[in-house]
Amino acid sequence: MAKLESTFKNMVLVLSLITLVAAVALGSVYNLTKEPIEASKRAKQENAIKEVLPQHDKIEDGELVNLNGMTDPFTIYKAYLNEEFVGAAVQTYSKNGFSGEIKVMVGFDSKGNIVNYSILEQKETPGLGTKMVDWFKTDKGKQNICGLNGGTNTLKVTKNGGEIDAITAATISSNAFLESVRMAYSVYSENYDGLSGATDVNNELSQTN
Amino acid sequence: MLIMNYHKQINIMAGNSNLKVFLNGIIKENPIFVLLLGMCPTLGTTSSAINGLGMGLATTFVLFSSNVVISLLKNLIPDKVRIPAFIVVIAAFVTVVEMVMQAYTPALYESLGLFIPLIVVNCIVLGRAEAFAAKNSVGKSFFDGLGMGLGFTMALTLLGVTRELLGTGAVFSLKIFSENYGMLIFVLAPGAFIALAYLIAIFNKLKGAKG
Repeated sequence: MAKLESTFKNMVLVLSLITLVAAVALGSVYNLTKEPIEASKRAKQENAIKEVLPQHDKIEDGELVNLNGMTDPFTIYKAYLNEEFVGAAVQTYSKNGFSGEIKVMVGFDSKGNIVNYSILEQKETPGLGTKMVDWFKTDKGKQNICGLNGGTNTLKVTKNGGEIDAITAATISSNAFLESVRMAYSVYSENYDGLSGATDVNNELSQTN
Repeated sequence: MLIMNYHKQINIMAGNSNLKVFLNGIIKENPIFVLLLGMCPTLGTTSSAINGLGMGLATTFVLFSSNVVISLLKNLIPDKVRIPAFIVVIAAFVTVVEMVMQAYTPALYESLGLFIPLIVVNCIVLGRAEAFAAKNSVGKSFFDGLGMGLGFTMALTLLGVTRELLGTGAVFSLKIFSENYGMLIFVLAPGAFIALAYLIAIFNKLKGAKG
């Protein structure tokens, strides 16, 4: 078959045809993958919630919480065991990461102690900031935050007068992570006024900056 | 050693042109070590072996799919609009890869992130479409795409292995030596340039010795 000539009609026709076919193909793949994509996102979220909570048999649906001075809302998931409140998972974030936003799920028990955390989203430097995924739950030096209390412990890096060891060569990522944990505690404590040591969010913020 | 074996195979099976086309992409015109095409994803995604491998395989899929389709359409596409037509075909395949990865390998999708959509503008893909698929038969274009893709994958995986090993003391997350002895710079951008330069030198040395 001879090659089509580059006439105006041919060019318009061929390009439209190719784009049309591509559009139809993409549309169908989108429909096919839509559900698995949703499912995998949901599964990740649910696993994160379960992972960071103390033993429980029921989790309430997420509640949106707005904090003064913060642009985006936080989400809190309360957990119960035999109808008794055992703790909550807070989806928190910090926009001060080394390369943009980090999203973290932090779990507290009923006394405000950190149970565990799980990183939902981060774009930190591979090999440095990305270590936050397990750095802060490893028992070594003063880097473990699990078991610490959001109200009584100073959740900051040692360099800034806190009691947590920063990730080697990734202080900015560590700061961002700890900021998100402090925010999570503020959300948690704001929802339970009975708890001691609820910190003023704005005050916290000005200290970080 | 591997490379020398390939060379032997080329000599024995020189009669088989498809195989020749296929091996051309892996050794003689390896997109990374010889043509130096597609440096952006090469330097950007190879901080670990698994990322390099994933990126390589995603690119391979796009390469041979777009090569086949473009070679099928080569007579239908008027010369003056061939580049936009090629790009639409390539972009469609890249988007398919992106959605499929997001659905079935979310962890890999997350770590490669931005680099997946960037396959569209990877010079190798358009380069092979323009230089090979637009002039050759479907079968040959398929083998060219596959060979180039696997050559790219091999180069990226090697670079990823080197950087991960020197930087963190692990290969495919398997610990070889303690992370404390790792040279952090190899995980960061400058290390990518250093490691790539040495790999190219070694590759050319081995290639030159036989060719």
